[in-house]
Amino acid sequence: MILLISSQGQNLESPIEHRFGRSPWLIKYDTETKENQALPNPGGRQSGGAGVAAAQFVIDQAADVVISGDFGPNAANALRAADVKMYLFDGNLNNVDDVIDTFLEGKLPAF
Amino acid sequence: MNMKIAVASGKGGTGKTMVATSLALSLIETNQVKLLDCDVEAPNAHLFLHPTFTQEIPAVIRIPKIDPERCTLCGQCVEVCQFHALAKVGKTIMVFPQLCHGCGSCTWNCPEGAIEEIPNPIGVIEKGTTISGIDFTHGKLTLSEPMATPIIRQLKKLEKSSNGTITVIDSPPGASCSVVETVRGVDFVILVTEPTPFGLHDLKQMLGILEDMRIRYGVVINREGIGNAELDRYLEQKGIPILMRIPFDKEIARGIAAGKPLVVIDPNYHEKFKDMYQKINQIIDKSDGRS
Repeated sequence: MILLISSQGQNLESPIEHRFGRSPWLIKYDTETKENQALPNPGGRQSGGAGVAAAQFVIDQAADVVISGDFGPNAANALRAADVKMYLFDGNLNNVDDVIDTFLEGKLPAF
Repeated sequence: MNMKIAVASGKGGTGKTMVATSLALSLIETNQVKLLDCDVEAPNAHLFLHPTFTQEIPAVIRIPKIDPERCTLCGQCVEVCQFHALAKVGKTIMVFPQLCHGCGSCTWNCPEGAIEEIPNPIGVIEKGTTISGIDFTHGKLTLSEPMATPIIRQLKKLEKSSNGTITVIDSPPGASCSVVETVRGVDFVILVTEPTPFGLHDLKQMLGILEDMRIRYGVVINREGIGNAELDRYLEQKGIPILMRIPFDKEIARGIAAGKPLVVIDPNYHEKFKDMYQKINQIIDKSDGRS
C-alpha cells in the first residue's frame, strides 16, 4: 500500500503539514518495502488551483491513501473520484513517522 | 474621437465611485457619456445615478465539456491548463468550473477534438439609462463565484462606443487581475487616493501596474486634511499630475452616505470636473506630442 503524507520537511522525522494543497512536501511511504521518499508538492507553488494540482500529483503517484490535516472540496472530489482514501491527522501527532504508525494501527479518522 | 477614462485607486474606499459618477454627471451636459461599473463584486454606481435598467445579459465563462467517446485520456488538456481546472482521474477528465478562466487552451490543444466549450453562467450584465441621459452598464458577479475578470472582459466588449462618446469606467478596488482587466485599453486612469500611509502604499502599487501597461494617469486627492504630507511630497517628487483635491468634509461624507453624487451635494464641482476633463485631455495631448 502506498501512503502519501503532507509534511513540512523531507524525512520521517519532519513535522507534519496541516494544509494539503499547499504542503511543501509529500512523503511517499510504501508499507510493503517500508521505503520512503520525499516529493515536492507541485501544488505548493501554485497561485491558484493548488488543491487540484496536489490531488493530481497524488493520483499520478498511484497512492492508495493520502493523509493530511484537511482537504478542500476540489481536492477531495478529485481524490474520491480516483478512489484514493483520505485520512486526517490526529491532534496529538507531530511528525510523519508517528502518523504512519498510528495509521497502520488503524487509529486515524477517515476524511 | 472616443475617450475612455477609468477611475481606480489601489486602496478601497477612497472615493472612486464618487469621482466616476460626478465626472459622468458633469460631462453629460455637453457630451455623450457612458458609465461602466466594472466593480462586479460590489457594483455601487447605480446607487448614485439611479439608472432604469432595460436589458439583462447573462455573463458567462466558456468552460470545457469533454466527450468521453472521443477522449483518449492522453492528459494534454490537464497539462496545458495553467489554473488546474482539469484533472485526470482514473478513466475520466474532471472539470472544476470555479477554477476555469475560460482561456480555451484545453480545447485548442486537444489532439482528438474531444472538447466542446459550454457556457457557464457566473453573473449578469445590466444595461440602462439614467434620467440625465448617461448610458449605464454594470456587471454583477454571482455570490460565491470566484472569477471577476471574465465578466469584466465581457462587459467591456459589449461597449462599442459611437464617435465622440466619453466612457467613464468605475474600477474595482485593489491592484489585482480584475483591475488590470478594467484598465486595459483605456486612454487615461484617474487614481483616487487619500493622504494616508495606506492610501500612498496602495497608490504606488497602481502606479507600478500603469507604468508597466504604459497607461497615462493623474491623481485625485480625496479627504485632503487627514493623514500627512507624505503623499503630496511623493507626487511632487515623481512629477505626477494632481487632477483635483477634495477636502475632508462632513457635508460631503453625509451626502455620499445618503446616496447623493458630489455634484449634487456641492454644484460647484460641475465646473471642477469639467476642468479636470480638460486637464486630462491636455496631459494626453502632451504625451502624444500634439502640443
